[in-house]
Amino acid sequence: MTTPKVLVLRAPGTNCDHETKYAFELAGGQADRVHINRVLESPSLVEQYQIICIPGGFSYGDDVAAGRIFANQMRSHLADVMHEFKNSDKLILGICNGFQVLIKSGLLLDDDADGAPPATLCWNNHGLYEDRWVYLQNSSDKCIFLRGTDRLYLPIAHAEGKFVMRNEDIADQLQANQQLALKYVDAAGVPAVGFPQNPNGAQRNVAGVCDDSGRVFGLMPHPERFLEGTQHPRWTREGLQPEGDGLALFRNAVEYFA
Amino acid sequence: MSLWEIDIYPAEGQVDRAGEELTSDAIDLGLDPSIQVAAVHGYLLEGDIEEADANRLADKLLADSVVEKTVVAAVGDERLQQAPVNGSLLVHVINKPGVMDPVAMSAQKGIEDLGIAVDQVRTFRKYWVFGVDQGSVNRLAEKVLANDAIEQVVHGPLQLDALALGTAYEFELKKISIRSLTDDELEDLSKQGQLYLTLVEMQTIQKHFQGLDREPTDIELESIAQTWSEHCSHKTLAGRIAYKDDETERHFENMLKETVFAATVKIREELGEDDWCVSVFKDNAGIVTFNDEFNVAFKVETHNHPSALEPYGGANTGIGGVIRDTLGTGMGAKPICNTDIFCFANPEVDHDQLPPGVLHPRRVMKGVVSGVRDYGNRMGIPTVNGAIYFDNRYLGNPLVYAGNVGLIPKEKSFKEAHAGEWAVVIGGHTGRDGIHGATFSSAELTSDSEMLSGGAVQIGNAITEKMVMDVMLEARDRNLYTCVTDCGAGGLSSAIGEMGEEIGVEVYLDKAPLKYDGLSYTEVWISEAQERMVFSVPEQNWKAFQTLCESEGVDATIVGKFVDHGRLVLKYHDEVVGDLTMDFLHNGRPPIIRDAHYEIPAVTVIDLEDKAASLEQDLEAILGSLNVASKEWVVRQYDHEVQAGSVVKPMVGIQNDGPGDAAVVKPVLGSSKGLTVSCGMNPRYGDYDTYHMAASAIDEAIRNSVAVGADPSRIAILDNFCWGYTDRPETLGSLVRAALACYDMAVDLKTPFISGKDSLNNEFSYQNEEGEKVTISIPPTLLISAIGQVEDVATCTTMDAKEAGNVLYQVGVTKRELGGSHWTLIRELEGGAVPSVCTENCNAVFPALHQAIKSGLVRACHDLSEGGLAVAAAEMAFAGGLGMMIDLAGVPTDLDYSGDTENVLKLFAESNTRFLVEVTPENCAAFEQTLGGVTVARVGTITEDDQLVVNNGDKNLLTTPIGQLKEAWQSPLRW
Repeated sequence: MTTPKVLVLRAPGTNCDHETKYAFELAGGQADRVHINRVLESPSLVEQYQIICIPGGFSYGDDVAAGRIFANQMRSHLADVMHEFKNSDKLILGICNGFQVLIKSGLLLDDDADGAPPATLCWNNHGLYEDRWVYLQNSSDKCIFLRGTDRLYLPIAHAEGKFVMRNEDIADQLQANQQLALKYVDAAGVPAVGFPQNPNGAQRNVAGVCDDSGRVFGLMPHPERFLEGTQHPRWTREGLQPEGDGLALFRNAVEYFA
Repeated sequence: MSLWEIDIYPAEGQVDRAGEELTSDAIDLGLDPSIQVAAVHGYLLEGDIEEADANRLADKLLADSVVEKTVVAAVGDERLQQAPVNGSLLVHVINKPGVMDPVAMSAQKGIEDLGIAVDQVRTFRKYWVFGVDQGSVNRLAEKVLANDAIEQVVHGPLQLDALALGTAYEFELKKISIRSLTDDELEDLSKQGQLYLTLVEMQTIQKHFQGLDREPTDIELESIAQTWSEHCSHKTLAGRIAYKDDETERHFENMLKETVFAATVKIREELGEDDWCVSVFKDNAGIVTFNDEFNVAFKVETHNHPSALEPYGGANTGIGGVIRDTLGTGMGAKPICNTDIFCFANPEVDHDQLPPGVLHPRRVMKGVVSGVRDYGNRMGIPTVNGAIYFDNRYLGNPLVYAGNVGLIPKEKSFKEAHAGEWAVVIGGHTGRDGIHGATFSSAELTSDSEMLSGGAVQIGNAITEKMVMDVMLEARDRNLYTCVTDCGAGGLSSAIGEMGEEIGVEVYLDKAPLKYDGLSYTEVWISEAQERMVFSVPEQNWKAFQTLCESEGVDATIVGKFVDHGRLVLKYHDEVVGDLTMDFLHNGRPPIIRDAHYEIPAVTVIDLEDKAASLEQDLEAILGSLNVASKEWVVRQYDHEVQAGSVVKPMVGIQNDGPGDAAVVKPVLGSSKGLTVSCGMNPRYGDYDTYHMAASAIDEAIRNSVAVGADPSRIAILDNFCWGYTDRPETLGSLVRAALACYDMAVDLKTPFISGKDSLNNEFSYQNEEGEKVTISIPPTLLISAIGQVEDVATCTTMDAKEAGNVLYQVGVTKRELGGSHWTLIRELEGGAVPSVCTENCNAVFPALHQAIKSGLVRACHDLSEGGLAVAAAEMAFAGGLGMMIDLAGVPTDLDYSGDTENVLKLFAESNTRFLVEVTPENCAAFEQTLGGVTVARVGTITEDDQLVVNNGDKNLLTTPIGQLKEAWQSPLRW
């Protein structure tokens, strides 16, 4: 099997880069943490990689809005190289802040004819940052990262994670196209009805979204925080799982290049 | 040049959440309930910007078109003054000039990324208030919308024509005539100049300059004041103290050194080759060994005075500061988790009851929690442990303790600057932020403090510190510097002064990068601008160091050079503005000599007969008392899992919402060794005897760590003394007595103190309506923080009940100890014996219980603290979603008690060194054998039936659904 190279792209304020690199390596990839300034200096750097992952954190402090400044950099300076990457049968993953960056940079969902984004991630309904474990349902056959998964249990930790689409038509279309890939459910797998199962008030319980190809994926929960049994909040009562639910996402990414 | 205003409103159909919350705060404040507040935020952009570009910025960068809408116009334009509801009054809130505005800085960067030139950006908030008169709006602005310490309120439209700050500074060397001043004049100078030095200290300085036959410059006087401040030198506790209580009399040359520190010295001697302390009481944090590769550093700081004036900024910069402490320990430790402990007055207190100059405790609490949240979360450091303590004596002086644990490679644990190396500052720029923070924090607060000391309040910018951390850890691993310290209180003056203490240094004050023009050389020197670290960089490494910093957008500047002359020489361009010997600066302070008295209060007895009629109500009342009640509202706002090392989270149990005893973190990815973090604090016990308060806090911190699986022989602790006005002998006496307990406990348990910090003079004075001076002193408040180690985290346990049918044991003995207990608090009773600690018992219980946990014999373990056995049992039951049957007949006690006395004591006494432990029936024999040498007894079983049942033999005392108990515990702080 070939070992894919993963570019873990960090900016000032990115703070989940170490554990995200670790997750890809545990899954068999070879990952580098690379500062955005290196990519801005030589955008062709990304061509050496098969997977780009934008990890969680507070890029540029989430000032103005979560992920906005980083996304704006992508739009202003890296749009060509990123679209080229996306169109070369490679994978892009955005976790939490990375999801916010992907959605706001237009890399995940195309802008409409007026250049306006079809969806966004905005403030949680209760207006606060929240760290909490949630149940999730794989709702897409096309998302590469979720292949073979069904129900997942992962932590969220964000203030601006509420997924909102511009209108119902867009929602129906994304739904029909299996792009609303990951949804909040309850412990039994029933669609979430409000807080706390749906921790932020996301429309249609959306926790993660993929592009039309299934190769670009963004999600609010943190799969890199559940790689091993002791990270589960109830391992002392339920016993140690041999591996965490999050590892599957990284393994799927690596195995895509097998 | 144009000045654009961009107002951002929620789009049609989107909720104005900020407005709704403010409306509810306004009603809480007592304003007309028909009030409606609409919240708007916005940006001011100054520069040669076309209208089309301003619109583009609003649309593409500053607002989110899916959920927001904007109004873009030149400042003063009528379009900006169209109220959403006719008849609304308009208020703007904008930062005072020079207050940190991180969002504006980032917005400026984003604007430049879009290829648009902008000169200045500022953010503001704007409110439309409907349904009340101007008087109410003024009150709302003052109490809720703005904080006068950092913000200004503009009623009506904004009237501004420029944003630029600062004016060019014209150099002028200032000399202060001191040599011929009288004592009164010296005292005046100290006060007016905000030096906060005593007369004896001022006289010492006077004599020094008389000897030099010249007057000091302003910067020399400031340097001395900073270095000699209580905050930087801890002169009271490290000073001479004559102590006397009813039992002993002692004279200390250096009180801390002879108590807390001496205990560690003694323990290290006794441990000999097994000594696991690495660096204690000398660096910014204490260091102990961890594994073959790493040591671990731990520090807890206080940031009380700034938090009283501006809770958000105070707490924000408090956590930012303590993170820099671990970063500045050895050659730099990587921060791996935070712990935060707060003390507030009751958040439900009536607005009309507040003394002048005091912020409402609810506002203080919300601000402090937000400040810690925003800094810790942005830094990517999990906040894993904490506590909140409520007592109305914290009304004028809330306490904010912020702690940080760091991981440091073994060989990077020490540092030394050398002559010839550059003094380099990296990170934030220098502004007028926090001028006089060090001296101010050593003074008593008054209702005027807000006006006098507004400059001491700062807002942090976590991302700047995160960038500093990223490059410095890389530079550390590349060996690019030889020494590092943080810029904390006293700014460059303290950081460079300390680093060059043993060598000598010359400083180029004109070189420091500034936020804006106009700072004098003295302001540069003492500014406490945040997010700066100082390094000693060998000349040959400077280029590499600078390049590394630049590559991640971090400013690095040479501001001085270490020179082997034993002097502190301060230059502005080519002019020498200050020249002091390091010896006078660091050793010239006259010793403080203080008296300390303590009168040990006589123990009184509470008659308990006829006081057991309401056991069920008492239990619910304790569960709902603020100190015990669930802090989930706070905990969930902190990222407690970033870095992916979380093993035992703050909230545990079947619904992830029970109160864990201690957090467990695995700091090295892929390795199985863990750290526990816990704390202990009992200010109410201090009202009875500060000796037992301190001993109990230590016991509590240790037993919390032991309860989750920490090895008691590898627990290190920190002290943080927050006290009132220690010039009063009885106040200082209560502190010395606590320090004596620290010594006794540490030595007996072989649990070393590795670092500590004190904050004195926590008192608030104001004039009441009759014109009399009223002073509120905080209760003596000692925080003990513990860091423990677990060889294999898979052996850890949690406090939630696990399975029906399992057996419950009480480990440890219940005594007639209700003094300062939460049962007496809710019953409004005084007296009783305060819980004491038997160290011999600790040395039997802790290792034995640890052995049982490590061997897998324990399914759940919860320590007994506030509310005693009753609260521990209730918490354990509802956290596990299971019922519990307790028979008090089995509870071990020191003496025979009977009747109501027996039931009250067994349920609610707060005797130390006790645990409630769940064991499976098949492991009972092994458990009892492992606990062979200590008092342990079966007290009940876990049941299926969702009830907490307490009997004493045949008599049922209490039968309550666990849902009801949980609701009592969760509802008070479910904000």
